[in-house]
Amino acid sequence: MMTYAQAIRHVIQQEMRRDPRVFVMGEDVEKHGSVFGTTRDLYKEFGPDRIRNTPISESAFVGAALGAACAGMRPIAELMYWDFAFVCADQIFNQMAKTRYVFGGNAKIPMVLRSQQGTGRGNAATHSQSLESIFMHIPGLKVACPSAPADAAGLLRTAIRDDNPVCFFEHKMLYTTQADVPEDPDFCVPFGKASIRREGADVTIVANLYYVSQALEAAEALAREGISAEVIDPRTLVPFDYDTIAESVKKTGRLVVVHEAHQNNGWGAQVVSQICQMAFPYLDAAPVHLGAKACPLPFNPALEAAVIPSVSEIVAACKAACYVS
Amino acid sequence: MIDKQTGLWIYNKMHEIRDFEETAWTLFTENKLRGSVHLYTGEEAIAASICAQLTDEDLIASTHRGHGHCIAKGAELGRALAELMGKATGYCKGRSGSMHIADFSKGNLGANAIVGGGIPIATGGALALKMQNKPNVAVAFFGDGASNQGTFHESLNLAAVWKLPCIYVVEHNQYGMTVPSWQSTSVPDLAVRSAAYGIPGETVDGNDVAAVYQAFARAKERALKGEGPSLLECKTYRWRGHWTGDPEVYRSREKVEEWKTQRDPIRRFRDYLLVHGLSTEEELDKIEKAAAEKMEAAVEFAINSPEPDPAHVLDDVFYEG
Ligand SMILES: Cc1ncc(C[n+]2csc(CCOP(=O)(O)OP(=O)(O)O)c2C)c(N)n1
Ligand SMILES: [Mg+2]
Repeated sequence: MMTYAQAIRHVIQQEMRRDPRVFVMGEDVEKHGSVFGTTRDLYKEFGPDRIRNTPISESAFVGAALGAACAGMRPIAELMYWDFAFVCADQIFNQMAKTRYVFGGNAKIPMVLRSQQGTGRGNAATHSQSLESIFMHIPGLKVACPSAPADAAGLLRTAIRDDNPVCFFEHKMLYTTQADVPEDPDFCVPFGKASIRREGADVTIVANLYYVSQALEAAEALAREGISAEVIDPRTLVPFDYDTIAESVKKTGRLVVVHEAHQNNGWGAQVVSQICQMAFPYLDAAPVHLGAKACPLPFNPALEAAVIPSVSEIVAACKAACYVS
Repeated sequence: MIDKQTGLWIYNKMHEIRDFEETAWTLFTENKLRGSVHLYTGEEAIAASICAQLTDEDLIASTHRGHGHCIAKGAELGRALAELMGKATGYCKGRSGSMHIADFSKGNLGANAIVGGGIPIATGGALALKMQNKPNVAVAFFGDGASNQGTFHESLNLAAVWKLPCIYVVEHNQYGMTVPSWQSTSVPDLAVRSAAYGIPGETVDGNDVAAVYQAFARAKERALKGEGPSLLECKTYRWRGHWTGDPEVYRSREKVEEWKTQRDPIRRFRDYLLVHGLSTEEELDKIEKAAAEKMEAAVEFAINSPEPDPAHVLDDVFYEG
C-alpha cells in the first residue's frame, strides 16, 4: 500500500537511480521535500544538485528545465501550484509546447512539468483552479492526470521516460489516498489508454482526478436506485482515448462528463463533441457536461462547494439522461 | 524625528497588528480559521512606520503576508478578521480569505497570493497618480523571495524610466517559505539591486521604527518631487512559521528566540518613545490595553457575523452597472 504522494516520490526516486540525467527542480523541494511530500528526503540520497531548490522565479526555472532538456538532461520541474503556470506562461505555451515543431523536429524535449491543483483546502482564487483544459488547447504538450496511486506511479514513469514535454496534473485532495502500487520498477501506464473504473450498462460517466471518486460515489447512489453507471477515467487528456468512451456509450446510450475545471470551454465539451461524432446513432439522450461555474473560486467553503459540481448534481444529471425523475 | 502623535499612532498600530496576528494563530489552531494564513508577527514596524506617512489617497499593494499592511492602511480589525473567517461581513464578502484581502476605499489595492503579483499593480497605481497629477505615492510591499521574480525587475525598470512615484519596500525576513535567502538570492542586501535601474536603494533595520520611518520619508519626498521610484529594503524576521502549519525544519528555535527577545520591534519602539520623552509607561500601557480590547470586540464581531449566501456566488464577476 502506498499513498498517491508516496507513489510519486517512489517513482521519482527509482527513475533518478536508473538514469543520472533525471533531476528535480522547484520551490522548497529539497529539505522541505515539497509541500505535499512528493520529494521528501530525496535530497539525502541525491544531494542538492539533483533535488534542486529554486528561487521563486517560475519563468526562469521552467524555462531552464526546457533548456536543460534540449541539452541532454531529463528534468522534472515542479510548480508548487498549477495556478502559478500563468506566471511562466510564455515558457510553457510559447516555448515548451512549440520548440520541437518550430525547429523542424530538431529538438527532443524529455521534460516533465508537475504540479497539483484543485479546491478542498480553502486556498481561494489563485491556489484552487483546475487548469488542464488550457494545456490541452495548446498543441505540443502531453497532459496526464492520475486519479489513484497506481496510475500516479505508472503515468509518472511513462512521463519521465517520454521524450516529449509532459504536463503532469495532480490533485491536492488525492495525496493521502492509499492503494496498492505495482512493485515492478518498469511499471508504466501507457498514455492514451482510459481506465474503466466501474462497469455499468445504463449511463457512462467520464471524470478525471478528484472527480473520479465523486463519479464513483454517484454510481453507488445510482445503483441504489437501479441505475447502472459505468465510470471512465481517461487518465491522459493528451493523447485522449475517445475509443474507450465511444465503445462504452454505444453500450449505455448516455454520456455525462464531469470535471472540476470550469464548465465553460472545459475539456468535457470536447469529449461531448467527439462522442457525438463517433457514436451519434447510439445516443438515447443529449450528452451532459458538468463543471465548475463561471466565477473565480471563492474562499468560503460553502461558496466553494456551490461553485464546483456536487455528487448529487452528477446523480441528477445521470437520472435525467436516463429519463428517471 | 517622529513626533508624539505619530509615535503613538505607530505604537498603537503595531499592537493592533500583533494582537490580530496572534489571535488569528489561536483561531487557526482551534480550527476556527482555515486556508493559507501567513502571519506578520515580528515585522510590524515596517507596515506601521510606512503607513503612518500615507493618507487614504496614497496607494499600496500587498502580499500573501498582508494583514499588517491592511490594518496599517486603515482596515477595521473586525471586518478583516471576518474576511479571514470567510464571513459575509468581511472586506471581500468571504471570497478572499487571508490571501486576497483588499479595501480600495482606503487605498489598499489588495493582498496578493501570487508572489511578486502585487509589484506591477502598485506600479500602475503610481502611474495613475502621476497621470492625474495627484500629490500622492504608491507603495509596493513584497518579500525577499519576490525580488527574484521578473515582475520585480520589470517594474523597477519601468517605474525608473517613467519616473513614477512608487516606493518599493522589500521586507527581507531571510526566507522565502522554507528556503533561506542565501540559497535563492544572489546578494545579501537587496537594496543593491536598485543600482541596476539607476534609482536610490537603501537598507535599514526593519525592526527599528525610526530607521524605517526616516528612510521612507526620504523616498516619499523624492517621489513627490517627481524624481521617481526608490527601493527600500527592511531587514526583519518572521516569528511564526511561513504559514500556520509550517513544521519549520529549516531554522533553529534559538534563532527565533533571539529575534523575539533581542529585537522585538514593539519593545524597541516602546523604549524609543520613553527614552525620547514622547510618552509614559502609563500612556503606552493604556494604548496596549485599548488595542487588546478592540481585538476582543473584533473576534466577537467576526464570530457572530453571518456566512455569505451561496445564491450570490456568481455576483461581481463583471460590473453590471
Ligand atoms: C508565483 C508564486 N510562487 C510560489 C508561491 C508559493 N509561496 C507563497 S509565499 C512564498 C514565499 C514568499 O517569500 P517572500 O517573498 O520572501 O515573502 P515572505 O513569505 O517571506 O513574507 C512562496 C514560495 C506563490 N504563492 N506564488
Ligand atoms: Mg521572505
